[in-house]
Amino acid sequence: MSLTMFLGGLQEGLFYALLAMGVYISFRILNTPDLTTEGSYTLGVAVSAVLTVAGHPVLGLLCAFLAGAMAGSVTGILQTKVGIHPILAGILTMSGLYTVNTAVMGGKPDVTLTKTTIFNRLYEAFDINLAAFNRDRQAFTMAKEITVLIVAAVLAGAVLLLLVWFFRTHIGLCIRATGNNEAMVRSSSINAGGMKILGLAIANGCTGLAGGVMTQSGGFATISNGAGVLVVGLASVIIGEVIVGKRSVTLGFISAILGSVMYQCLIRLATSMNVFPAYYLKLISAVIVAAALALPAVRENLQRSRKGGRRHA
Amino acid sequence: MLEIRNLCKTFAKGTVNEHAALRSVSLTVADDDFITILGSNGAGKSTLFGAIAGTFYADEGEIILDGRDISNLPEHKRARVIGTLFQDPMKGTAPGMTIEENLSLACNQSSRFPLARAVQKRDLAKFRENLARFEMGLEDRMKMKVGLLSGGQRQALTLLMATIAKPHLLLLDEHTAALDPATAEKVMGITVKIVKEQRIPTMMITHNMGQALSVGNRTIMMDAGQVILDISGQERQMMTVPKLMTMYSGARGKELDNDRMLLSQ
Repeated sequence: MSLTMFLGGLQEGLFYALLAMGVYISFRILNTPDLTTEGSYTLGVAVSAVLTVAGHPVLGLLCAFLAGAMAGSVTGILQTKVGIHPILAGILTMSGLYTVNTAVMGGKPDVTLTKTTIFNRLYEAFDINLAAFNRDRQAFTMAKEITVLIVAAVLAGAVLLLLVWFFRTHIGLCIRATGNNEAMVRSSSINAGGMKILGLAIANGCTGLAGGVMTQSGGFATISNGAGVLVVGLASVIIGEVIVGKRSVTLGFISAILGSVMYQCLIRLATSMNVFPAYYLKLISAVIVAAALALPAVRENLQRSRKGGRRHA
Repeated sequence: MLEIRNLCKTFAKGTVNEHAALRSVSLTVADDDFITILGSNGAGKSTLFGAIAGTFYADEGEIILDGRDISNLPEHKRARVIGTLFQDPMKGTAPGMTIEENLSLACNQSSRFPLARAVQKRDLAKFRENLARFEMGLEDRMKMKVGLLSGGQRQALTLLMATIAKPHLLLLDEHTAALDPATAEKVMGITVKIVKEQRIPTMMITHNMGQALSVGNRTIMMDAGQVILDISGQERQMMTVPKLMTMYSGARGKELDNDRMLLSQ
């Protein structure tokens, strides 16, 4: 694995870590697979792209988070206040968001981001410009890559710290309890519905932020950016759990970040070695997730058939 | 003090499965009352608890707790002042969270600032001290996930969670029935101790007639959605299990007579 490939995997892995942490909240803490993710990711992309073009890249990231959080609350309200099945609620929001996202992008299927992304601003600030390019091409590329990496690391680190802090507060504990034992929360003084809505809002806020920063880093936004991101997030969470194990929420968030970086590096390695063409990616991600989730059941079946065999013998 | 007036609840109204689970139940629970509740399956005991705790709203009647009408409050708001324990020890605790996290959740639920640190140092000493009284060694396992505890340990923890901030009313729905006899006795002993020390008005459903007479200060019996027997003081002291059973069938018989009389009119 070359250095640039590793750097690329690290950058993208850290950007997608925001998504992975969002998926960790909905999938592991709230215990619901949340399909809103696909729509809220693209919503983050659209909002961030439009605001970046208008010259406000930082505001774009903030609004990507807020827009994602709003999408998550809609799913939460559908689940709790009107009693729609959690998966269906996510599908409905995701589906409806397609229209919203296109509308945000002014009715167009894609938007090209001009020179106003946070990355362009940082290049300017650090004098990574044409003069530098002419001076030393390799150093120029490296400086650019490092800048992106720093942004990704700072963002992932800041969100990690905020989430770790939040899930140790009283209200964070209430959200965790809701996902852990809803029957208990229902008969306690915690408003279970409210906690679900808040949890889904935070989860999808993180997802929206991931979309927002990814689109600025890529310089291009399309309406189909979010397709398959839920599986990417799930794969990251699961790979992280394989490495770190399931012990606490804090470790869970850290493992989501590690899993995301690991996943992106592995994918890059596999595609560069021509193990499979790039369009195989979604199928392979889906298979990884399905296999990892099937493992406990398969293990139990094996054990039971072994025991059963003995009993009959 | 809890006052229940003319509480009615009918399930599946207007269908063939219509079932009147509570028929105009009126009951007053004094501050130092520890009431044991007897009754066969379907008598309305758990329905009565559900109506008090707000699992569902009653069709008619009022529930007044310490002077406040709580009949129309949602369940989670009533839970601030009512502690509830169920038969299933899995129901009252979060298995994926540690003992100290579970206790912190129950502690100062209504008064704590939402973004304050959940597990606070000043609470830990109180938790340890309370857990130590169970003599189950839980005080040394504060960072252990509750899912790893036994049913009896989980039920003891649930009891502590329900009473750590003194509730205005404690509802125990056969909370020792799923435990092995030795553990059940232990948990019951702790229950009596806590209720007595904190003077919590308590109602306890049980199927054990001996326990119904030996625990607490008052025994009521329910049948077909009504309170058919309410004894305390000397009357209760004189009561024995065989007498209670005769009385039970007697009360049922009278009830049947009444129905028959109604039908014939």
